[in-house]
Amino acid sequence: MKELFSIPVLPVVLTLLAYQAGAAIQKRTKSALCNPILLAVVLVALFLFGSGMELEDYQAGMKNVSWLMTPATVCLAIPMYEQYQELKKSMRAMAIGVAAGSAACIVMVWGLCMLFGLSRTLTVTLLPKSVTSAIGVPLAQMGGGLGSLCTAVIIVTGILGSVFGEAACKMLGLTDPVAQGVAFGTASHVVGTAKAGEISPLVGAVSSLSLVVAGLMTSVILSVLYGFL
Amino acid sequence: MKYISQICIIFGFTLLGEGLQRLVPVSIPASVYGLVLLFLALMTGVVKLEQVKEAGDFLRSLLPLLFVGPTVGILEHWELIRGELFPILLIVVSTTAVTFGISGVVTQRINEKGGKTE
Repeated sequence: MKELFSIPVLPVVLTLLAYQAGAAIQKRTKSALCNPILLAVVLVALFLFGSGMELEDYQAGMKNVSWLMTPATVCLAIPMYEQYQELKKSMRAMAIGVAAGSAACIVMVWGLCMLFGLSRTLTVTLLPKSVTSAIGVPLAQMGGGLGSLCTAVIIVTGILGSVFGEAACKMLGLTDPVAQGVAFGTASHVVGTAKAGEISPLVGAVSSLSLVVAGLMTSVILSVLYGFL
Repeated sequence: MKYISQICIIFGFTLLGEGLQRLVPVSIPASVYGLVLLFLALMTGVVKLEQVKEAGDFLRSLLPLLFVGPTVGILEHWELIRGELFPILLIVVSTTAVTFGISGVVTQRINEKGGKTE
């Protein structure tokens, strides 16, 4: 078995299968809580425990494809360009909304980390939690945080937005599709954007642009803030 | 050949981003540089939409899937976070709700006050 577990493509196939199973479960249960990413993580973890496959073998295999995250994120420029005419109309409101949300997020994370007395490592890991992982994880690592914990925190954040976002829009009285898109993209990045795209293509495009702008603003703010931590 | 040239352009912009990240002394990730440069190239017509469209849509559709592997890696840090699980969860949940609320409400208020031309 040991030799089989070290086949580099095995973890990739395993992940693809787990993700498809997760998507099928979500379709069957129609529950937003059954997020395919979350389910895939649980299924992979169960497989590792059950089969005795080492986490190291799994990660070694996934390293061969995980770098695709960067070019895939670069490609978010495409929907932004395609929806530019529509986005242009609300540029000012979007920019201010994203800036307010991103700044509030950073200040609040920082404050709560101090309040709970978390270590600098954990604080730096949590600070970029609302931006997509191709942006957030390197941000955490450059500041001395933990990449994989940052990824997990980012994904939990995304899933929260995706699961509770629609209900939150109703509660807050957010009827403007631009405001909805800004909220999804700024608070819950790519994972929330997938949900926003289900509401309408405009909400999805606004969410894409917002996650990018939130990523940019967070990068700039954190690169300054790291100097004070 | 279409897909080969599309992939080449997208990876080329990724490479530019990676290069800039290493050369510019601020903590801005490679994907941000690459994304902004690709967007500017599309806006200025240096790169046409049809030169990146299909491969770009395909790569973007992989994004949710690429989150799975790194998240499984959390098992590695379990010892470190176990003791701090409660504050971490509290911080993640509360800040997500606040960020969602503030960004959405601020945007809606500004759009309502006019300035938006239908």
